[in-house]
Amino acid sequence: MPGKTLVEKQIIMDAATLDAALDRMVEALVPLVAGGKSCLVGIQTGGAHLARRLQERFGARGLPTPPLGVLDITLYRDDTFLGLQQPVVRHTDVPFETSGLDVILVDDVLYTGRTIRAALDALVDFGRPRLIRLAVLVDRGLREYPIQADVTGATIGTVASETVQVELTEMGCATERVVIYERESR
Amino acid sequence: MTTRMNHLLGLEGVSREQIQTILDLGREFKAVGQRRIKKVPTLRGITVVLMFIEPSTRTRMSFEVAAKRLSADTLAFTASTSALSKGETLLDTTQNIMAMKPDVIVLRHAFSGAPHFLAKNVDAAVVNAGDGQHEHPTQALLDMFTMQEKKGSLEGLEVAIVGDIRHSRVALSNLWGLTTMGAKVRVAGPRTMLPPFLDRFGPSVTVHDRIEPAIEGADVVMMLRIQKERMGKDLFPSDREYARFFGLDDVKLRLAKPDAIVMHPGPMNRGVEITPEVADGGRSVILEQVENGVAVRMAVLYLLSAHLLEGA
Repeated sequence: MPGKTLVEKQIIMDAATLDAALDRMVEALVPLVAGGKSCLVGIQTGGAHLARRLQERFGARGLPTPPLGVLDITLYRDDTFLGLQQPVVRHTDVPFETSGLDVILVDDVLYTGRTIRAALDALVDFGRPRLIRLAVLVDRGLREYPIQADVTGATIGTVASETVQVELTEMGCATERVVIYERESR
Repeated sequence: MTTRMNHLLGLEGVSREQIQTILDLGREFKAVGQRRIKKVPTLRGITVVLMFIEPSTRTRMSFEVAAKRLSADTLAFTASTSALSKGETLLDTTQNIMAMKPDVIVLRHAFSGAPHFLAKNVDAAVVNAGDGQHEHPTQALLDMFTMQEKKGSLEGLEVAIVGDIRHSRVALSNLWGLTTMGAKVRVAGPRTMLPPFLDRFGPSVTVHDRIEPAIEGADVVMMLRIQKERMGKDLFPSDREYARFFGLDDVKLRLAKPDAIVMHPGPMNRGVEITPEVADGGRSVILEQVENGVAVRMAVLYLLSAHLLEGA
């Protein structure tokens, strides 16, 4: 963020609460997708890591391991060019037929809902799922589109000047945590 | 962070980082072309004018498919239907097109430097789709994309380019691009078809007046089309003589590395610069080049439009 600096404000989750939240999410997801064959699709990059972790937890519970896809929504965004730096296009890989499946769409933070809107458009270009459920680790409120999560790890109240980051070891972070930062102008 | 592109007029002066950005993006766009719905909504509302003031089918189609897969609108303007044949200047024609508010103009023109002239005079991003004997940057980008896909890296790659180097914009763009990316280029052709300026590329480019030393141990053999329409009799004795000394056949190809790939920008003169056996053989990647061309052109249109709409 040019001219802005992030100041740490509050830690929402540490490694242990994050771990417990993922367990609760799997527990809540199981009945939602019990009726059909399911798959996990994580949104790049945070959601992709979380989807991989959820997949492992399905297996650890002795449940069938759903196939895993990753989705980059850059090409579907409605704000691709709005004053942002050149948007980076990350890898998209949904290596299975999604038509007829129960898709569990996974993201780290649910905020305005615009990312999810884009992800839904991207998903339907791959096929016609039987249903799509949304699982997010953190719902920080402040929705701009009428979108809600089916499964949430934590719900917190935030203001627009704040930014919420899920920091995972897969991203090179030493400590796993979820943090609220305040964006301050330099 | 990559330096943003305003136009793509040639690969001369384009940085290694910028070329790599285009090639990396090309990989993601190639995947879009392999999906059931080969289209993303990214460039909705962007208008791309395909201005082809010189005959071309495949390059125009490739740009058109690229634009459409990004959901941009395209307008085709070709020489045969244009007012240019009625004596209108390129600038007048362009100003009329500008009244339709295009965001990107893709220009193919028989005069070297025409896209640079256009870029200075219009408020749109200009892509050079081949200007005279100067550059054809998207062809070189798709060539490099294909080489990288097949060989992993361009760094240190031994690339032979054989044919009419002097009149070839494909060769010149590849020379700029490949040397920037750290590849070594051997060019070969009859002396009448070798240009005088090659020493400017330094030690990473070597020049040969026979094909054999150029392709010996090469990772990539790129054959250029003999452009009979661009040359007089004094440059080119006969098809048969050219084929014998400079045409790529199975015997000459044995000099290259066992896993060398064979490329050609098309359209081919079968039996002149390349035998049908080699063109259709297991080492030929000629048709993959065509597929990769769409992906790379999507990347170029995307990067140029991202700049245009920034802050809109």
